[in-house]
Amino acid sequence: MNTLVARYSQPAAHTHAYNADEDSQQLIQDAAPQLSLNFALPPIASTAQWLRAMTDDHSNPNVPIKIAHGTTTLAFRFKGGIIVATDSRATAGNWIASQTVKKVIEINSALLGTMAGGAADCQYWLAYLGMQCRLHELRHKRRISVAAASKILANLVYSYKGMGLSMGTMCAGVTPTEGPALYYIDSDGTRLAGNLFCVGSGQTFAYGVLDAEYKYDMEEDEALELGRRSILAATHRDAYSGGFVNLYHVKEEGWVKHGFNDVNPQFWRYKLEKGEFSNVNAKLDETSGKV
Amino acid sequence: MAAFTSYVSSAGQPSYSFPQQQSAPSHASRAPIQHSFYPYTDNGGSTLGISGDNFTIIAGDTRSTSGYNINTRYEPKLFRIGGEGSEHKGSKIVLSVVGFAADGHALKERLDTVVKMYRYQHGKEMSVNACAQRLSHILYNKRFFPYYVQAILGGVDEEGRGALYSYDPVGSYEREFCRAAGAGASLIMPFLDNQVNLKNQYEPAAPQGLEKPQLVPQPLQRAATEELVRDAFTSAVERHIEVGDGLQMMIITKDGIEEVFSPLKMD
Repeated sequence: MNTLVARYSQPAAHTHAYNADEDSQQLIQDAAPQLSLNFALPPIASTAQWLRAMTDDHSNPNVPIKIAHGTTTLAFRFKGGIIVATDSRATAGNWIASQTVKKVIEINSALLGTMAGGAADCQYWLAYLGMQCRLHELRHKRRISVAAASKILANLVYSYKGMGLSMGTMCAGVTPTEGPALYYIDSDGTRLAGNLFCVGSGQTFAYGVLDAEYKYDMEEDEALELGRRSILAATHRDAYSGGFVNLYHVKEEGWVKHGFNDVNPQFWRYKLEKGEFSNVNAKLDETSGKV
Repeated sequence: MAAFTSYVSSAGQPSYSFPQQQSAPSHASRAPIQHSFYPYTDNGGSTLGISGDNFTIIAGDTRSTSGYNINTRYEPKLFRIGGEGSEHKGSKIVLSVVGFAADGHALKERLDTVVKMYRYQHGKEMSVNACAQRLSHILYNKRFFPYYVQAILGGVDEEGRGALYSYDPVGSYEREFCRAAGAGASLIMPFLDNQVNLKNQYEPAAPQGLEKPQLVPQPLQRAATEELVRDAFTSAVERHIEVGDGLQMMIITKDGIEEVFSPLKMD
């Protein structure tokens, strides 16, 4: 038990934490342990197992604590930068906890993170990553590379491996040294560089559209359209995805937000104006084509 | 009587008239035994928050239950945060917590201490958005041993607009215009979507098809919002056993917090 507490209450990353004048810090810490990496643990031996019993609604739908989940997120590299797109639904079991979640997290003016899995895990650790990136800027007088930023996050989640963190995130940014760079990091400790990723319960549906149409040499408007259309496909077939399409474009100057638009009118525009989603009947008497 | 007691040994152990099967010692493997650890109780109840142009209303019923028992009819789920002393004089932030009341109290004490310490250290009041982020961190600090609570935080932001933040048990948070939490959330939230956000409602006189515009939510007036909250709760009381007894409302404006209590059905 004690070894367990010692192991997890002081992760490797803790040694990097800010440590100034101890007296004044102590006063603040008494009331306010900010972004401290000292997490409270239940007074039992198998904390991870207990946490799973209390919070994993996938294995038991009647858990007492339901943590917000469910997502489709995607990001892909193309000649004009990186497109990042997400849906906005959060579910706790079958309950739609929110339709307006901001799943693209603005780490800083040039770096974006996406949020899939535990909403709190992503929000907290990407905020922590933002802090580390700013400290890197102050210490080294230049912006952090996407590779380095993603590795901070990957090492961090790896130090908590097995504790029950749940996150599948992408880091997207354009830097002078790397150009457009995209990394996938998840709570297992995986860190992958790549051209194209879809993450979340709707990932397969998004891949279906994205893989079919993806080319590196796309124009900006073409790329934005593909991102939007892929998310739309996922919201259509994945019950855990929906709400709004959140679209971003990352360029060398920084990121540009291209709206947070309701899925429903967009779906009908694709159907009625372009003839897509023909599996859906627009009129009530077209009952023959059950899909 | 004597024959009856003769089957029980003096040590309180039963003595049997038939041979007993010797059970194997349960500690044979020498592994430590972990008994089930369930530190939570659901105390029921419901909370609700709506923010307007220059005010925020946070409301909660005052019933406290465990299982089918009603423990008390007045256990507030709304707490003033910050301000002066234990009276929270001058406070402009309200925290509502629903779920496990003991965790809720612990959380409120922590946040209140933080907000008060902030004023001592910085010589100014903590803004709601700072307080909201701090609350998220307090919740996340117990990521591996969560508070069993759904929190809603309300106040007025630095521009004087109503601010409302809702949380999941481990600190994921979002600023919203309205939010219901707790036992009656699934009853109240659809009502709020309809009445506050005017979801799925379109201009009746407009042309059909894609040109038919979605109704745009108008800024809420305070009196109308209070009525909305009351309606939401009377309806929830009608259909949920864990909601009832009393409705406590706190209305936060730039001038402070106003508290209103009104009775709900007690059955």
